[in-house]
Amino acid sequence: MSEAVARCLRDGRLDGEHAPALAVGSTLRCSPLAARAMLHLAAAVASHAAAGKAQARGLVIVAFDRSPEVYLDFMRRRGLDQNALNRCVHILDCYSDPIGWKEKIRSQQQHESSVDLCATNKANVIVFRNVKDVDKLLCSSIDLGRGFEGTGKICFSIAVDSISSMLRHASVSSISSFLSNLRSHDQISSIFWLIHSDLHEPKFSRAFECLTTMVASLEPAVVDSVHEEEIPGDVSFLEENYSKAKFYVRLKRRNGRVKHLYEELHVEGNEVRFVSMPSVSTEVNQSLLPKVQFNLELSEKERSDRANVVLPFEHQGKGEPIRIYDGRRSLPEDQRDPNLTASALLDEVPKSATPKGEIHYIRDSDDEQPDSDEDPDDDLDI
Amino acid sequence: MEEYGGGDLLSEAMGPGARVVVVEDRVEAPGAFVLHLLLKRALAGGGGAALLALAQPFSHYDRVLRKMGCNLSLHRKSRLHFFDLFALLLCSGVAKGDAISDSFVQLYGDIQRVMDANRAGDNADRFTLMIDDVSLLEVAAHGSVDVVLDFLHYCVTLTSEMNCSLVFLIHEDIYSSEEGAGLLMHLRYIADLVIRAAPLSTGLATDVHGQLSVVNKCVFSEQRPKAQRIWNFHFRVKENGADFFYAGSRH
Repeated sequence: MSEAVARCLRDGRLDGEHAPALAVGSTLRCSPLAARAMLHLAAAVASHAAAGKAQARGLVIVAFDRSPEVYLDFMRRRGLDQNALNRCVHILDCYSDPIGWKEKIRSQQQHESSVDLCATNKANVIVFRNVKDVDKLLCSSIDLGRGFEGTGKICFSIAVDSISSMLRHASVSSISSFLSNLRSHDQISSIFWLIHSDLHEPKFSRAFECLTTMVASLEPAVVDSVHEEEIPGDVSFLEENYSKAKFYVRLKRRNGRVKHLYEELHVEGNEVRFVSMPSVSTEVNQSLLPKVQFNLELSEKERSDRANVVLPFEHQGKGEPIRIYDGRRSLPEDQRDPNLTASALLDEVPKSATPKGEIHYIRDSDDEQPDSDEDPDDDLDI
Repeated sequence: MEEYGGGDLLSEAMGPGARVVVVEDRVEAPGAFVLHLLLKRALAGGGGAALLALAQPFSHYDRVLRKMGCNLSLHRKSRLHFFDLFALLLCSGVAKGDAISDSFVQLYGDIQRVMDANRAGDNADRFTLMIDDVSLLEVAAHGSVDVVLDFLHYCVTLTSEMNCSLVFLIHEDIYSSEEGAGLLMHLRYIADLVIRAAPLSTGLATDVHGQLSVVNKCVFSEQRPKAQRIWNFHFRVKENGADFFYAGSRH
């Protein structure tokens, strides 16, 4: 993950501020990679918590799209042992029985000996059976977070995977209030969620992005500009989209400044890597510089030589103050300087030993403005 | 599974481990033959299967599969569970939201029981649940997409709880308009593998019936991290099966 994002989630909330929130948005083309990115994030937050480096003591995952086992498996492969998992990861399982059908079926066939499929023997997984009730979901998530061990104030992070599945059961406003309640809760250190933006109207994902401090969006690495996806054809060149994607991050600072980051997400087997890319502005600058055969750059010597060149207007003074005759100045003022009065100038010219061609201009009168707009030829009777 | 049509392009493209397979077809290029092939493979591989049939009656599948060398009537007694929902479509008159939801809960309960029984028996092999087709399931739900999606989600949960895989057929051209895309988009999201049947992009040909594109998303399969994800090839449907071949490799 882009370092900055992971750092924000790890450092958690400041006193008197809402918890930092990250929305990961993706489209269908990038959905496998977005799922990976989400797992990677969850594993990163959990391992920070397990190592005691984060503000949060643990991570609560509200799982809609994937079974809890997928998260636990992934984290195990990331080197978290069972002990750390039990201590730092709690999962609210909204995947196995989201609207209570399994419960209903079991209650109907109670006389038969049916096994509870979702009954897990894991202490850190709790099955939630009524996702339509968002308030209850909020309470359960927070209760689950309070279960983390520790002394003093216990903070925890929350991951929601995904908002799109929540939206199938609840309204935008109720989910917005769910998220803002979580953000403003003083035990929550950070929160992040995944949303499939092409399943909903754009305004829905915007509405949730308003509640965030960070927005990450995944975009396909290769885009078919000629064909839409709907048109069947050779799509083999899109193969690359299944191993890497563009990863754009928008970080919102407290003062309102927004920072853009651009990275590339590579997935190889179980590995998730983020390769940082040159920022957009450098890329633009580089591509806009004209490709020419001659050298536009200056060497250090050329640079210093250029600085030493005396420009034509610079040697007039030769150390003395420069006096330039200004006809607009009134006569009495000028009389103090005998060299510059009209009479003095007129007198001196014939005396000079080497007469040069010089033109001296003496204004007729002070009535005439030097830059008069008057047409100079208007007295000609044409 | 090698001896049962293994080694062809389709099984190579599908690879192992896909839990949720979505077959998309359109009017010009029906994809039912893919479903027949997969059903035959599921039964021939020794596993169990359940078929939720809304499009055709049992006798239709029986006849088609018999030509392909698979006796459904025989399997029906043991490993094939045939849910004839054709009747459900016809007799479902005006129903209220709760009644629809209840009937889907009922249906899901039946499927779960069948799978439980399959797992409890000595026959603990892979189980395949097929739906022919999801578009008609939506009709049976009186257009309530949410109920269908809930039902499909519950089917998907079975894949992680039991050793089972799902095959859904859906007609993609029904959902080409913007507002109707919900069900198709959701289905594409939950799919591990999408098989799309389409007419030949270059036009009609006598010996090629269309083209298949297979997109293998398999997020969490670790076996083949570098494997090819997207496949394109042509097909020719025959009485006893189907041929798959790359464009230009056959005259």
